[in-house]
Amino acid sequence: MATSTTTAQVDSNHPTHLQHHFVSSEQQFDASKMGMWLFLITELLLFSGMFVAYTVFRVWHPEVFDHSADLLDWRLGGLNTLVLLASSFTVALGIHYIQIGNKKATVVNLIITIVCAAIFMTIKYHEYTGKFEHGIFPGGHFHPHEAFAQYNVPYAAQFFSVYFVMTGIHGFHVLVGMGLLTWLTIRTARGDFSPEYYTPIELTGLYWHLVDIIWVFLFPLLYLI
Amino acid sequence: MWSLGKRKTSFMNEMASSAAVTEANPAASVNYLNYDKSIKSWLLTVDHKRIALMYLVTVALAFLAGGILALLVRIELLTPGKTIMDVQTYNQVFSLHGIIMVFAFIIPSIPAILGNFVMPIQIGAKDVAFPRINLLSYYVYVVGIIIVLLAMLFGRVDTGWTFYTPYSESIGTPILFVTTGVFVAGFASILTGLNFIVTIHKMRAPGMTWNRLPLFVWAIYATSIVQVLATPVIGITMVLLFLERVLSIGIFDPALGGDPVLFQHFFWFYSHPAVYIMILPAFGVMSELMATFSRRAVMGYKFVALSSVAIAFLGFLVWGHHMFVSGQSATSSIIFSLITYLIGIPTGIKVINWVGTMYKGSVWIQTPMLYALSFLFLFSIGGFTGIMLGVLGVDIHLHDTYFVVAHFHYVMMGGTVIAALGGIHYWWPKMTGKMYNETLGRIACGLIFVGFNMTFFTQFILGSQGMPRRYYDYLPRFEHLHQLSTVGSWVLALGLFLVAGYLLFSLKRGKNAPANPWKAVTLEWTNTTPIPHPHNFTSAPVVTRGPYDFHLAPEVFGYTGDGAVADAVPTNDAPATQA
Repeated sequence: MATSTTTAQVDSNHPTHLQHHFVSSEQQFDASKMGMWLFLITELLLFSGMFVAYTVFRVWHPEVFDHSADLLDWRLGGLNTLVLLASSFTVALGIHYIQIGNKKATVVNLIITIVCAAIFMTIKYHEYTGKFEHGIFPGGHFHPHEAFAQYNVPYAAQFFSVYFVMTGIHGFHVLVGMGLLTWLTIRTARGDFSPEYYTPIELTGLYWHLVDIIWVFLFPLLYLI
Repeated sequence: MWSLGKRKTSFMNEMASSAAVTEANPAASVNYLNYDKSIKSWLLTVDHKRIALMYLVTVALAFLAGGILALLVRIELLTPGKTIMDVQTYNQVFSLHGIIMVFAFIIPSIPAILGNFVMPIQIGAKDVAFPRINLLSYYVYVVGIIIVLLAMLFGRVDTGWTFYTPYSESIGTPILFVTTGVFVAGFASILTGLNFIVTIHKMRAPGMTWNRLPLFVWAIYATSIVQVLATPVIGITMVLLFLERVLSIGIFDPALGGDPVLFQHFFWFYSHPAVYIMILPAFGVMSELMATFSRRAVMGYKFVALSSVAIAFLGFLVWGHHMFVSGQSATSSIIFSLITYLIGIPTGIKVINWVGTMYKGSVWIQTPMLYALSFLFLFSIGGFTGIMLGVLGVDIHLHDTYFVVAHFHYVMMGGTVIAALGGIHYWWPKMTGKMYNETLGRIACGLIFVGFNMTFFTQFILGSQGMPRRYYDYLPRFEHLHQLSTVGSWVLALGLFLVAGYLLFSLKRGKNAPANPWKAVTLEWTNTTPIPHPHNFTSAPVVTRGPYDFHLAPEVFGYTGDGAVADAVPTNDAPATQA
């Protein structure tokens, strides 16, 4: 027989979260995860453009980049790194707890994740305003004040452009993540998720890990070397 | 009505009866087109087939807009100096022609229309993996293109579609709209690609192994990989260009300490793989057409399938061949040139395999096959001239001349557009339930073929004689060739308008199509025409044969008895039509 027909249809009382074009929950979950990973790869490629710009300008002006990095406070950056790493841990814990059906612990862990993200953004806010106060703006507006005249060399503006653009776009992604996590917290508290279906939490967790890992690369490249 | 053969099994009875009931009066049966005709059901659909048709309409409009701009360019070039417009307008017309044709027309074209419609059915799925994201990608595309077009309200977009810096940064507000629009439209491409990759991985029917996938699906898969990996790079390039205009970040503008060639690297790192996004789906359509209209499995299935993946991969390594004269090092240029030659190999493998498919096949000339044969000729010219341009010494002479313009029109139009037309004619009965007029189809194909060669072959000559591209004015010795090219564009336009005309006419007055007018054996032909509602299949297919196993498809050719398959090469009668 060339093609035969079998009944591989979904039965009439399928779980509410199962969408009609999928055959099973497993297929839906697998497909969702694969889709999310592909999206994360595109995000990585988006950031990679900026990493390439950083590399190119650094190779051309290594001393300027070295010197300008002194203006960034590695302790604040390091604290931010620890905060984000902790938030990745708590979001993973949140997923673990929903997998075993502990809704309350999931909500608590998601809230801690959001708080960590807020701490990250607050520290970044302080760093940015600190820079602005000293006249250090991206690119064409780069006019460091008297005390920092020694940093006002050609191509230092490029370093700070790269710094602001990379951390800025990263910060935007943190904000989006905070929004998603808030929405997830509300939905979890409402009882939308269970060990059978927690896909949105899993996907947002993956997104959050990407945001974290990008920072893990940004921090040494901008602050430490 | 196709013959069901002398002996019928219970399966055949089932197929016959369901086919007979719905085929007898296909227009009256409940199908995906007529089950709900409200505007809302169309605009909010999550059905991949309806989304494909919405893309068809929008993409066709984009083609019309881009085409009219092209006709205007050619009219201007009838005489040196001013013909119908001044130089400022001319620069905008050719820039918009390029931008609309690349971003609004050709990048979505085959994947968004035929990929969306045909691919899920060919793998035996009910829909794509993420139907709502599919709808979203359509709206994102529309919004992106609108934003790009809005740029015209704020100033002159006269940078060419490549908007090289630093000039593109000096045109003012329009660049903000163009960059935003391209960024947004890029997301449509990414979302479609992502959707297709997950669909092909996760939603194949039982028995549909990777080695049984139709080659169109392999082509869409390779294209989707390129879409997902390459498009983000143009995204970030647009963001950086936007920020440079708004914040003067100094990445591309030399006056601010940046490097304009860096823009070219970023731009072409996407735009070269983008041309493979344009051509790989066309290769997929070609495989389907060649198999069906030669009644033979495509020769070297694995080679053709894997060559798509090879082209997708190699396509990321050759962007520098657009920049041989931009000042990159000789070493880089040599490497890019060598890899450019390499890409010719998997491409050549495909062309040889298609020709080999026809050898000892039962070639049946119908309109889609005429387009496929045109593709072989036109794309080969385009491909060869691409390799020629990859030769460093030659490129120094030919870069930024009409030779390049002719090359890419041969591959993009002579390749992708011809294949898209072939695919649309091939799947038209399945999509609409109607047949178009075959005679008009052949006439239009002929007009397109003649018109296309007249328009663009002359441009190879113009280019090799030194006519630069994007020039408004030119030396008098080029005038005759330009005029020949312009007349060719009129013949080409006539052919294309004729296609639009008879296709639209067929919707209202065309004969109802049978389920399988071409007697093809991929899964989309096993159900009634047009596809019924609510599902693509009455029950999930279980696949036990390859996609081009004509000898194993009894429902197409009928059994001879005792379960044995027919030995004789089946005769090709005209497609059966309903009265």
